[in-house]
Amino acid sequence: MLDLTYDTPKPTTISGAKYDWELVIGLEVHAQVASKAKLFSGASTLFGAEPNSNVAFVDAGMPGMLPVINEECISQAVKTGLGLNAQINLYSAFDRKNYFYPDLPQGYQISQLYHPIVGEGEVLVYLEPGKAKVVRIERIHLEQDAGKSIHDMDPNTSFVDLNRTGVALMEIVSKPDIRSAEEATAYISKLRQIMRYLGTCDGNMQNGNLRADVNISVCRPGDYEKYQTSQDFSNLGTRCEIKNMNSLKFIQQAIDIEARRQIGILESGGTISQETRLYDPDKGETRPMRSKEEAHDYRYFPCPDLLPLNLKQDWVDNISSNLIELPDQKRLRFATDYMLSDYDAGVLTADLETSKYFEAVAKGRDQKLSANWVINELFGRLKRDTDKSITDSPITHSQLGEIIDLITSSEISGKIAKDLFEIVYTEGGSPSEIVDKRGMRQVSNTAEIENALDIIIRENPNQVTKARENPKLAGWFVGQVMKSTGGKANPKLVNELVQKKLVS
Amino acid sequence: MTELAKLTIEKARDGLRKKTFSSAELTSSCLNAIQQAKELNAFVHDTPEIAIKQATDADKTLSKGDTPSMCGIPIGIKDLFCTKGVASQAASNILQGFKPEYESTITQKLWDSGAVMLGKLNMDEFAMGSSNETSAYGDVVNPWQEANNNKKLSPGGSSGGSASAVSADLCLAATGTDTGGSIRQPAAFVGITGLKPTYGRCSRWGVVAFASSLDQAGPMTKCVRDAAIMLEAMSGHDAKDSTSVDIPVPNFESFLTGDIRGKKIGVPKEYRMDGMSDEIEQLWTEGTAMLKDAGAKIVDISLPHTKFALPVYYVVAPAEASSNLARYDGVRFGHRSSLSLGDGITEMYEKTRAEGFGEEVKRRVMIGTYVLSAGFYDAYYNRARKVRTLIKGDFENVFAQNIDAILTPATPSSAFGLGEMKEVDPVQMYLNDVFTVPVNLAGLPGISVPTGLDKKGLPLGLQLIGRPWEEAEMLNIAYSLESSASFFDKPQKWW
Repeated sequence: MLDLTYDTPKPTTISGAKYDWELVIGLEVHAQVASKAKLFSGASTLFGAEPNSNVAFVDAGMPGMLPVINEECISQAVKTGLGLNAQINLYSAFDRKNYFYPDLPQGYQISQLYHPIVGEGEVLVYLEPGKAKVVRIERIHLEQDAGKSIHDMDPNTSFVDLNRTGVALMEIVSKPDIRSAEEATAYISKLRQIMRYLGTCDGNMQNGNLRADVNISVCRPGDYEKYQTSQDFSNLGTRCEIKNMNSLKFIQQAIDIEARRQIGILESGGTISQETRLYDPDKGETRPMRSKEEAHDYRYFPCPDLLPLNLKQDWVDNISSNLIELPDQKRLRFATDYMLSDYDAGVLTADLETSKYFEAVAKGRDQKLSANWVINELFGRLKRDTDKSITDSPITHSQLGEIIDLITSSEISGKIAKDLFEIVYTEGGSPSEIVDKRGMRQVSNTAEIENALDIIIRENPNQVTKARENPKLAGWFVGQVMKSTGGKANPKLVNELVQKKLVS
Repeated sequence: MTELAKLTIEKARDGLRKKTFSSAELTSSCLNAIQQAKELNAFVHDTPEIAIKQATDADKTLSKGDTPSMCGIPIGIKDLFCTKGVASQAASNILQGFKPEYESTITQKLWDSGAVMLGKLNMDEFAMGSSNETSAYGDVVNPWQEANNNKKLSPGGSSGGSASAVSADLCLAATGTDTGGSIRQPAAFVGITGLKPTYGRCSRWGVVAFASSLDQAGPMTKCVRDAAIMLEAMSGHDAKDSTSVDIPVPNFESFLTGDIRGKKIGVPKEYRMDGMSDEIEQLWTEGTAMLKDAGAKIVDISLPHTKFALPVYYVVAPAEASSNLARYDGVRFGHRSSLSLGDGITEMYEKTRAEGFGEEVKRRVMIGTYVLSAGFYDAYYNRARKVRTLIKGDFENVFAQNIDAILTPATPSSAFGLGEMKEVDPVQMYLNDVFTVPVNLAGLPGISVPTGLDKKGLPLGLQLIGRPWEEAEMLNIAYSLESSASFFDKPQKWW
């Protein structure tokens, strides 16, 4: 693992009416594989197309149609596995999960129950400066997404859109290592960051490209430690699964609400029944998805239409050796190479585009200054600008680099630089040309500054007297000189001259 | 005019190439024969317009001297194959009115090799049956009748329409599919040749699935040579079917020398079943003698897990079928039940499937659902899978002893009367497949060759089982057996 030092947080304790309780959470994250075509058909995965326009015969479950594996999805899953420090299973196989639903045309979902493509791995999840924890991954398997049922277009009829049917998903299953709602969302964000780095999932939660099923149980303090030593789940409480969450905010809410519900039941002497539930954010409650009679028996069995996948080790090695630098490694490198604080390194490596932008700016320049400009000025400005992302930045890394160059060569002052930044940000153009055209260059000519200072001294004898009595008031003259030069005077020179003429 | 329809592919090919007659003439001879044979209920969707168009095209191709293997040969297509724009219903009400927008790989290959489509052939619903009595189109009638008895007989199943049509000279050949014996058993019941290739030899793309790990399409023809010709046209790797194997397709016909000297033919003792009729026993003995006389070495072999084959099959096949048939839900195509006020999606599924599927299909969907259910999976499906591996292992052991092919009876009896099995325990019907099922479980090639008549005057067949991918070898041994048996009998036309 990484060499960053961190402390693992203590689990949050929830006080019930009678006892203290702890949360145990495991997540099943469904990440849409970034690929042009679906898992088993050539149909497009493009989001937002006309309903039922991205549908191959096999996606529609037409008679006699057969699935053919899309190799791109396999390599994306392997890449993701490598990014999560996970075991890549050279042998994996597909199974059918059988159930009836109108948006599942085949009547089964092709998934990987018995032999997933990726085995155990782990992710380091940062929680706050100096605090982080390792969450273990149980497995990642590939499966088909279902379509979309639409029930609110017509009072008597439901509609089905099969565009999403058959799109490849990676189901990333964690071990029950997550101990609070905050850890749950931090974990999802970390997965998202890694997958976005790898280009294996765009992580767009709004479009449903990243969803989570949240398994929640509560236990008494000490129980979890028993589980940890024995890996025996009977030490933990009965879990409920909250399905299909696609907002971090709702996940956090749902966990807290579900924990309270379970604690309430347990403290009043009841038992938790293992079931799948849905979170209703409007009512602020979770409720069972289906009754016991409707509980599915998925009748998993190996899909006879597909041969098992046998990956070659050198194929995996090739992906592995071409793997991009991952967020944790980059963060460590930024912190050490650029001498940044862990926090700054974290901000600058939050996503790949930011890190690339920063590295382009910092190349051959003062690193701390570059970091400050990217984090404070650029990010601040982008945030004010209706939350633009780095990829939408109107100011390129070379423009920002040029501004920093003008500062370090003392051609402009830090204050002028901020004005210049705003001009380049809103109007574009070459920073040095703007400096020239608009006369923003810093005045470092001693005679010129001295001349300006002499005029001010001459016109303000009272201030001169005061300043001579109390040297602290000499600063007034500095301000006046800056004002009369339109802020362009080199503040260091002004200061020196004021000191010479009025203080000493 | 129906005389041309009696030709084999081989003879017709010669005649077409020599311009003795045209494909149009040959085709219209078949179309006439089909018109006259409605009583057999073999063809269920005639496609004369397509046939005439394809025959005309074939004649043009032939006139240019370009003669792909099946050029101008009129054939029938089992209803299980999806044919573009032509009803493809798997003989089920649930696919009522279904006309696919795509053409199965196999039929496309046949049209590419110049074959002419006469129409779609009756079959057991979803290929589930051994008598062609489960079809939504009604029973198919065997063109054969017992001597001095006009009771109507079953042509076997599930490719009963194909068998009946080829035997009655309604077409020169037909496609069939074989999941547990559905090509070989009906071929034996009507005195024709039926070949099931090695699993993966013929693409399953566009063939309505019954049990995906067992289904394999193959030719049903009037003789072994025709099977070789037609198999070549049907075979080949298909990227659209992941279980199709990329292995060269030989010119099967060129292997038909009839010379089988030194070949080792295995005779498995486990196929000598309790209560097997003397006639079948005798047929088998005669067949063995014929191969021996032709110079083959006869070796007694053992396939110890044979007795488990049928139970394994009736777990594995229904399990896969229960899943494969889930797509027939009334949502997108085929039959949808008319719903009552207040009915929801569950009622739509229940009513649609209850109305759309026949009894045998429902039975197998129920069995399949049961054996895959939580708590039963290990005891049934998983155990069956393990035993299947043992059955396959039996064959591998035998072939490791340099056995070239295995000779067995094709069926435990000759054709039985339509309706005779309707009231009996379904297991009695399943026993029809006792000799053929192990071949599917092991993915091997098998061929049923007619070799004689029983006392009632009905045809009987023997089965040869080949080594994987060695259909050519198997065909040559079958060719030798066919020559020795000299079975040229035809049913007396009564329809």
